[in-house]
Amino acid sequence: MFQYIFRRLVQFVPVFFGVTLLLFFVTTILPGDPVALRAGEKKLPPAVYQAMRHQYGLDKPWYQQYADYLGALAKGDLGTSIASGRQVTDIFKDVYPYTVKLAGGAIALEIIFGIAVGIVAAVKRYSIWDTLATLTTSILVALPVFWLGIMLQYFFGIWLKNATGGAFYLPISGVSGVFPTWVYLILPSITLASVSTAYAARVMRSQLLEVSGQDYVRTAHAKGLSVSRVLWSHEMKNALIPVVTFIGLDLGAMLSGAILTESVFNIPGLGWTIYHSIRAYDYPVLFGCVTLMLFAVLFINLIVDVSYAFLDPRIRYGSAAGE
Amino acid sequence: MSNEMDALQGAANHGVKDPRTGLPATPPSGPDVKGEASGRNRTLMGDAWYRLSRNKLALVALAWLMIITLAAISASLWVPRIYGDPVAIDTATVATGALQSPSVAHPMGTDDLGRDMLSRIVYGARASLSVGFMAVFVSVVIGLILGSLSGFYTGWPDALIMRIADVFLAFPYLLFALLLLSVVPKEYRGGIMPVVLTIGVLGWPSIARVFRSSILSVKENDYVDAARALGASDLRLMTRHIMPNAVAPIVVYSTMSIGSAILTEAALSYLGLGILPPTPSWGRMISDGQQYLTSNPGLVLWPGLAILTTVLAFTLLGDGVRDALDVKMKD
Repeated sequence: MFQYIFRRLVQFVPVFFGVTLLLFFVTTILPGDPVALRAGEKKLPPAVYQAMRHQYGLDKPWYQQYADYLGALAKGDLGTSIASGRQVTDIFKDVYPYTVKLAGGAIALEIIFGIAVGIVAAVKRYSIWDTLATLTTSILVALPVFWLGIMLQYFFGIWLKNATGGAFYLPISGVSGVFPTWVYLILPSITLASVSTAYAARVMRSQLLEVSGQDYVRTAHAKGLSVSRVLWSHEMKNALIPVVTFIGLDLGAMLSGAILTESVFNIPGLGWTIYHSIRAYDYPVLFGCVTLMLFAVLFINLIVDVSYAFLDPRIRYGSAAGE
Repeated sequence: MSNEMDALQGAANHGVKDPRTGLPATPPSGPDVKGEASGRNRTLMGDAWYRLSRNKLALVALAWLMIITLAAISASLWVPRIYGDPVAIDTATVATGALQSPSVAHPMGTDDLGRDMLSRIVYGARASLSVGFMAVFVSVVIGLILGSLSGFYTGWPDALIMRIADVFLAFPYLLFALLLLSVVPKEYRGGIMPVVLTIGVLGWPSIARVFRSSILSVKENDYVDAARALGASDLRLMTRHIMPNAVAPIVVYSTMSIGSAILTEAALSYLGLGILPPTPSWGRMISDGQQYLTSNPGLVLWPGLAILTTVLAFTLLGDGVRDALDVKMKD
């Protein structure tokens, strides 16, 4: 098992260098000058311009900048924000809890509804429920996420408030206020979960259908086990594995920050912070947040891989035999 | 199996010799094939079209896409005259009250600057559809070149290209797109081309992967070995024997990709880094309308429905094409 984990860690190395190099490539080699862009319409005096470039290390060649970044990273230093002067690590500590809570809510919805809808659609194949599930998932996948968020805001925050005379409604923006904190997470979680829940339901359905055609399932039926027992203790065991992987990867993606959902609902999480650092050319914040995000995603993916190996002994033994 | 091969071949047999017989392939007869009447002796493309034409959902999707494409192309001929200019501020309407509710003159109402929403939706289709088609074209060109190199020359070119693809796929997609657009020089900002190039460049890894695996399986066929034994060059093997039989998954995948490219464009424009005013775009219209959500929800509703129906149509059409060409794809 440790060998397995070690191998996954080694695989992360080229991805880490690839992603950070790409980040450097985009921000320092492509045309587009953060200092000039920050100055806006007015031209800076050449001396000030040079001084600013020097201050952020932009006058050095890109490989020097990259080496500086790696050196600082090794010491746990992610630099300070150009816009606010705060330590990037402090900013990250402030914003990341919001992203984690949002991702937690969305993953909970995805697990419950994705798996439930997938099971119903597979068990009642070709029934009206199956058709309905297919239709709903197709629409959810084609929906612009931010539009779904705004429509939820309208329905639950404005329409419902007017319809009930202000007695019942949900908060549509921000992270705290008159409601308990978790209420602020309801609509953003639904929004963030929408697309992935649809995919999870599809994966669950197709896996169950695939498993149901296998010999061991027929044997279980032939032994006279009840349909529900075959489903829960035989089919689900195998069919769930790809679903767990899928949801795990989703969790990794959600923990990278939900730029659109956080923007629509004004949640100052990681996605929101990264988006604003791009808009403000606050490259230290961008690099720092993306670096920490990469490590967070790596960590989640590692857990998913390990749990996958626990769920499916074939992978565990297969990897040991492969050494 | 043979049925699948036929369908694969039919996808791109334009002027290509049949790899198995060496004879010129029957030219695809296009949509007007009388599939039923000519019995089993149909062309391969005709087969696919026949199957597609029996898929009602795919036909509805195709019809909807043709309607909005025609409307978008012919927009300047009729839309401004009937409903008003999509860009210029309508001073007469602003004076009597912008943000009008739907009426006969303005079926979708007017926005905060008195501009007709229907007119803006139709013009928005221009931006969305051109980004969708052109971005996927860019991805397909890059993806086909790199994917064919990768699938044909296993070994270090394959390893290198696939590792680069891994890095692209490891990078959060939207973040990457925003980053690329943020470094676009001012004079090119807000137009269609930066968005097309961004989405196009980010889309190649998936296309390259799909094409690579398709080539890997086609390469194993006996007719490829036969052609090689007859002394065909690598280039000839690739262009004459492998490629035509390996493109069907790409046809399916790119149809679906147009939908996701439109979704991405809408998201980028919503966030203010995609298409900017004065060019009307659906994503930007949603973000502009957001502040009038209480008084006039239509400003957000209509552009959203336009995106939803268009993207859904491309997905359904892609599903139909997949079934018609009998391509097996992982979801």
